[in-house]
This record gives sequence, structure tokens and C-alpha cells, in this order.
Amino acid sequence: MGASESPILEMRNITKSFPGVRALDGVTFDLYSGEIHALVGENGAGKSTLMKVLGGVYPHPQYGGEVLIDGAARRFGSVREAEHAGIAVIYQELSLVKEMTIGENIILGREPRRFGVVRWEELYSRAAKLLDDLNLRLDPRVPVGHLGIGQQQLVEIAKALSQEARILVLDEPTAALTDTEVETLFGILNKLRSRQVGMVYISHKLDEVFRMSDRITVLRDGRTVGTEATSRLDEARVIARMVGREVGSIFPEADHQRGEVVFEARDITVEDPNVKGKLLVDHASFSVRRGEVLGIAGLMGAGRSDLLMAVFGAHAGRFTGEILIEGRPVRVTRPSDAINLGVGFVTEDRKRFGLILDQTILNNMTIAGLKRLSGSFLTDVDSEAAAGERSMKELRVKANSVFTVAGTLSGGNQQKVVLAKWLLTNPRVLFLDEPTRGIDVGAKQEIYAQINRLAREGLAIVLVSSELPEVLGLSDRVLVLHEGRITGEFKRNEATPEAVMACATGHNKTISAES
Amino acid sequence: MSHEAPTNEPAIDRPPVTADVAPPTVDVEGTPQTRIGRFRLPTTTLRAYTMLFALVVIWLFLQLATISETHPYGLFLDPVNFSKLLKQTAVTGILAVGMLMVIVAGQIDLSVGSVVGLAGGIAALTQGWGLGPSLASAIVVGLVIGAIHGSLVAYANIPAFIVTLGGLLAWRGVVLWRMKGATVTIELPVFRSIGEGFVAPVAGIALAVLAIAALAFLTFRRNSARRRHGLTVAGTGAAVARVLIPSIVIAVFIYMMNTQGGVPIPVFVFLTVALIGAFLTQNTTFGRYLYAVGGNPDAARLSGISLRGHILAAFCVMGALSGLAALVYTARNGSAAGDAGTLMELDAIAACVIGGTSLMGGRGTVFGACLGALIMASLDNGMSLLNVENNVQLIVKGAVLVAAVGFDMLGRQRT
Repeated sequence: MGASESPILEMRNITKSFPGVRALDGVTFDLYSGEIHALVGENGAGKSTLMKVLGGVYPHPQYGGEVLIDGAARRFGSVREAEHAGIAVIYQELSLVKEMTIGENIILGREPRRFGVVRWEELYSRAAKLLDDLNLRLDPRVPVGHLGIGQQQLVEIAKALSQEARILVLDEPTAALTDTEVETLFGILNKLRSRQVGMVYISHKLDEVFRMSDRITVLRDGRTVGTEATSRLDEARVIARMVGREVGSIFPEADHQRGEVVFEARDITVEDPNVKGKLLVDHASFSVRRGEVLGIAGLMGAGRSDLLMAVFGAHAGRFTGEILIEGRPVRVTRPSDAINLGVGFVTEDRKRFGLILDQTILNNMTIAGLKRLSGSFLTDVDSEAAAGERSMKELRVKANSVFTVAGTLSGGNQQKVVLAKWLLTNPRVLFLDEPTRGIDVGAKQEIYAQINRLAREGLAIVLVSSELPEVLGLSDRVLVLHEGRITGEFKRNEATPEAVMACATGHNKTISAES
Repeated sequence: MSHEAPTNEPAIDRPPVTADVAPPTVDVEGTPQTRIGRFRLPTTTLRAYTMLFALVVIWLFLQLATISETHPYGLFLDPVNFSKLLKQTAVTGILAVGMLMVIVAGQIDLSVGSVVGLAGGIAALTQGWGLGPSLASAIVVGLVIGAIHGSLVAYANIPAFIVTLGGLLAWRGVVLWRMKGATVTIELPVFRSIGEGFVAPVAGIALAVLAIAALAFLTFRRNSARRRHGLTVAGTGAAVARVLIPSIVIAVFIYMMNTQGGVPIPVFVFLTVALIGAFLTQNTTFGRYLYAVGGNPDAARLSGISLRGHILAAFCVMGALSGLAALVYTARNGSAAGDAGTLMELDAIAACVIGGTSLMGGRGTVFGACLGALIMASLDNGMSLLNVENNVQLIVKGAVLVAAVGFDMLGRQRT
């Protein structure tokens, strides 16, 4: 526990809204020097947003509430101001310049100079001292790009310390680390704790949280559920606090008539294209039947999207495994193979992967099924327009006409356009990856109704979502992924939020022992 | 940008959703519009007409500026000069059509000028083999070079800027080496006529009649197809206008050209290339995929489109058209030389950009690129008529290029 009497950081009643969403709603959080305070919660609970408020990413008037450092109210107008106040945030995406050396990165922006000329010897000796201090055996003259992700993360921590950070925020620091690297990191964190640095530790991995933290704060839906000493909590109680939300009745009742197996993937293994030997998906198998909604739950980075991308022939990493459609083994090496076999894929991040924002609704809707809808070489705009207008009515896309530019639509309507694109390929099985991310409640409900309608009409649906209530409310069966492996399978009425979250955090054994 | 209403309550105050869909006029999200004074125009339409408007303004200005005692109504649009202007547009225009496809696919080709030089040189050097092989060699050389560039970009993942910058230097080196500093005269009369000949006036009239008939037929068929699909059909007035206005343009054009001996063959070649290019980009799956590849490569790939295939194809088309442009250019000059075609790539790129093509890929039309080529040629031709010095001409052209893009960006920001 913290040694000092008063906290070095207090955040009082923090609120932050994005258009249509209230991301933080009166969050209170504090930190003492010399403690590790874990911040946990489901995806979208507001952890990262809270830390962006602290780190000055959202400058002062963009949020509500008070931030106090050493008891004095501070209003950071920029990341730089927060850094000057001794706050260092290490994000999941590292902010090192890969082409520059370790030493240059650590001292970046504060190079020792004489008459404006950088004094390299002093720079490198300072960097070496910092690395030494952390027991890191790294040559400061090596370019950062030559290091693995894990070592880069450690360099980033060294950089934070060189700025004399007293408050260090670590956002999922172990997501890309190997087991030995995790141990090195923990050694460093313990050392920093003894040096009275206050640390905020964000992680989905509850075993790490329990091993390292002094206190745990649970966030849910942008509110603080509670803060308590780690010694007085256990994993089951933390999980209950994370999910403790009623699965609303916004999910239409559905009773899907399930038919024969349409799509089966066996023993799928996917290697990280950037990190050799790291498996994103580890011998995962699943199958889905006609008229069935199969939910795939799991936390961010569990390999859900990687699994779908791989079986769709669109993953950059090497993958092994077998794919069967209606019982026949098939080869899928490119997305067009999958599409021709009747697989549709509403990908996550519609702006990046789903839509051509500059083009019309019609062009977006017909691009995947173009040869079927229009002609193999000559296009027929009118039969396309007719199909597009039918889709627009069916999915209730609200726009002037099919010739409206897709980029001008709201998120919900954009998502419907992406859905229409894949329905127009006439699929037998449809993958949906985060189909309701970033859209409002009304549009969500419409998407839910469409999912149920499509299942009723006999489509096999695989649904990936970070929103647990969504997976539980729509799926006939739920698979849970944790670190690339399938750690649980539930039928519709067996799937409770607690049980699924336990599997997703890799703690299913704890739960089953209790119940 | 519009946003969804911030509400945590499930759709209570929304209009009831019934099985029958409400007409899509309620609660719609609008097409972006641009305000000009009291007028509001759909932005996309505005963009298409801006450059046409600019061309008309430039033409009127040059026409007024060239009024003299010998030409009381102005010299610029006089059939003599107009025919010359179009001939000057032809080579850049042909290249601009190819460049458009490359840029729409999100790439760039800086090697075009050197390829024109090389293809023209080889055609001139192979005249001894006979007319067919000589002409074919230019196209084949262009096509092969395009295929090499395309493969390096698509399969070796080398950025197009680098590949074609290398091509710009290397192919120029090859021409200089093969031509050995000499100028090779075009001796074959048919070859020469590609640059200097005319489509016979009668044939020109026949083509015009054919074009007008095709236009009428296609408009009619289009309307009946839309009726069959249950789509809204434009009224008879609109249909007549859609046929009549282009018909008048075609008729005036043929009449003007025929007073000068007919449509110049370079212009005929250019118009044919432009028509095929417009058709390929607007009416085929290939064209649609090309725009998708340039507009959002990730989304295109996930929609089952081969990025590599389309990038390779775009460079092949560009290469073949460079060969064709080389024939027209060499024939018009009457000879091939080592430095032929220098800086032509920049004219072609400028034509595309002035015509509203986005260098980011995914946006632009063949019509726009041709318009851009015509604007560039009009400035060249008009300023020469006005005896503007060459250095001033370059400054004006540079300023027009930057202003065209600046205007376009301004229009985009307002939405």
C-alpha cells in the first residue's frame, strides 16, 4: 500500500462524452505513490478514456470533473503539460521511433546540447545509465526497430523514467510479451514501486492484476463500481463487478430452427505476421449450422478477428487448419475463394475494412457481389440500382437515394450498407465482427432484428462481439476464446455473464470450483 | 457529419417501424450540398461542371483576346485554329486516359514520357520491316514496359513512384542509346498520316450520324430498362435533352472539322481512346474494381477483389496507350528523336488532376482527364496566339494546376 498519507493523484467525478455516447460518467480514481493500482473492466468500460483524460490527450475543457496532483487542481491542455507534471502513459500502441536508436528514443526531445549541437557521448551515457538502472542489458546504440515488441515496451518504460515520471500508466503492458519478458517487466515494476512511483495498471489478465496490484478499481459502463484492496477481493468477485449488468430485453426473442452443419473450421492455427512464433489463434475449431447464431466471446486481442480473417482467406499471418463447407473440405486462400463458396464477412472497423467512403451507397453495396448482380464484364447499373433499392428498403437504410455517398451516412446506416453488401453476395454463412460497434441504441436494435431474421431464413451466422450482453442475447451457442484458444462453450441458457467472462479471462476453473 | 441521436432509451420516440417501409424521404441523411450565394447545388454535380465552366471561360477569354482586324470575332475558336488545338490535345489526351486508370488505382506513372520516346524511336527504326510490324512494335514495347512496371509494383511491392522514376531514367537511356543521337524520319506514308491525315468528310458525317443514332437508341433502352426494374424514369423532356444536346455538339464539331478537310486522325484516335476508356471505367466490372482498389484497398481486398491483378492491368493499359501516343506523336513530328516525349508524363498527370482526379486514388473520370488535357492545350495554344513568352506560359500553366486543385479542396471542405 501507499506509504504517503495523501494521494499523489486524485480524479474526481470525471465525465467525458463523445457524440452519442457517454464514455465516462462521474468516475472517481486515486493513486498513492509507491502503489500499483489496477484498473479493470470490460471492453468499452472507459479505462482507456480515463487514462487519456489523465494524460492530456483530451485537454481540459473536453472533459468534466477535477484532476488533482499532490492535492492541487491541474488542467492539462496537452500531453506535454501532463508529462511535465510527471505523468507518463504507455499505450498499447508504442510511440517509439523505430529508425532511431534506443538512446535517441529515451532522450528524445531533451538531447544534451552545446551551442545547439547534440553531445552524443553524454546522451548515450545517460541512456546507458537508465537502462542499467532497470537491469536491462541493451546497447543504447541499437535501433529500436531491431528489438522485439517486449523489449520495445521496456525501452518505453525507461523513456518514461528518464522524464522523472512519478505517475506511470501501463495500458495492457503484457499483451505482446512472452512469459520471460513479463517476468522482466514485473521485476521492473516492483523496483519502481519501492522507489515510490505510483502506477496505474490496466489489464484484462486478472492473474497479473492479482499478482501485482495493491488496489483494484472496477469500471463498468463509464462508472466506478468500486475500489478495494486487492487482498480483500478474489477473481470471482471482480468478474461479477465487471459484468454486473442486466442483459437487457432489447434482444428480440428468437427460437432458431437449426439445420445441418454449413461451415466447419478444424484446428485453425494462425501465426502473428509481425512476431515470429507467436500464435494469435491456437488450434481453434468451430462449426455453425443452418439457422444458427454462433457467438464468439472473448476480450480484445483474444484472437477472435484473427480466427475469422484466417478462415476467410484474408489473414496476413501463416495459417494451418481445415475448412469444410457442407461437409466438403475446401481450399480458401483468398477472400474471393471464400465469397464464391458462400461466405460473407461483415468485418470490424467499417471505415477501414468495410466501406469505400468516397463512393455511393450503391457502389458499396454491390462491390462484393458485382459479377452476380451486374454481369461478369459489362455492368448493368439499372439491375444494380434495383437490387440496391430493395436492400435499402429491406434493411431500412435511411438516405436520400442509393446514390448518396457512403461517407456522409451515420454509423448505423453505414453498418447497414456493409451488411447489405454481404447479403447481396447470397451467402450461406455470414461472419459478423463487432457489427454494432459505435452505433446508437436504435440502430443496434435494428441490426439485432436483422440478425434474427436472417437466422430464421436459414443463414448460418457467426457473431463476434466485445459486448457480452449482445453475444448472450443473440447466440444459440457461445464459444469463448482466450489467448487464441477456445476455453469454453455454452448453450444459450447455460451462458451466464459470469461464466463467460471467467473463460474469457482464463479463470474458468475458479468459477466452476465455486459453483 | 451527422451523428445518431444520443439516447440510452430504446427507440421509444422513433417512428413506428412497420412491415411496409416508410418512404425514404422522412428522416433522411442528405447528399452533401454546396451553397453559392442563394443557390444550393449537389456538390458532386458541381464538381463535374466546374471544369467545363472553367474551359468555357478560358475559351471565351482567349476568343475575345484574339480579336483583330483580320479576325473580327476572334481567332481562337476559328475552325483553322480549333482543328490545330484539338490536334495538340490528342497526345496528352491519350496519355491522360491511361494515366487516369493508373491514378484511380492509387498508383502513379512517371515514366510515360520516356516510354513515348522509346516506343516512337523503335517504331521509326523498324520501318524497314513494313508498316504493320513497325506500328505494332510501338504498342508492344509500351505494353511490355507497362507489364514490367506493373509487376514490380504489384508483386515486388516497390512503390510505383520509385519503379516509374527508375523507368523515367532507364527507358530514356535506352532511347538515347538506340537512336545514337540521330533523328529518324518517318518515311512510310500511312504511318505519317496517323499524325497528319484526316478522316474523309463523308466518313465523318457517317460517324456522326451513327453516334447520334447510338445515343438515341441507348437512351431509349436505358429508360425501358429502368421501367422494367421499377425505377423512376426521367420524363420525355429530359430524355430528348439528353439526346439533343450531345447531338448538336457532335454536329457542330463535325461541321467545323469538315471545313478544314475533316476530323484530323490524331483527334479521331484520341476520341476513340477516350470513348473506350470511359466505357471501360464506367460500364465494366473491371472499372468498378479499379475504383474500389484505389478508394480503399483493404475493403476491396476483403470484398474479393485482386489488388495485384488490377494494378498490373492499369499499368499495362498505360503502357499500351503510351505506345499508341508515341505513334501519333512521332507521325505528327514526321520523325523520331532521342529526346522525344520529355516531360509528357507531367502533362498527363496535370491533365488528370485538373480534371478532378484525386492522387490518393479512387476518384476521377476519363471525361475529366480529357477536359484537363483540353484546358492545358487551350492555354498553350491561346497563349502562343497572343505571343505570350514561353517562360510566362509555364508560370500560367503551373498556377492553373495548383489553382484547380485548390478550388477542388475548397469545395470539399465546405461539405
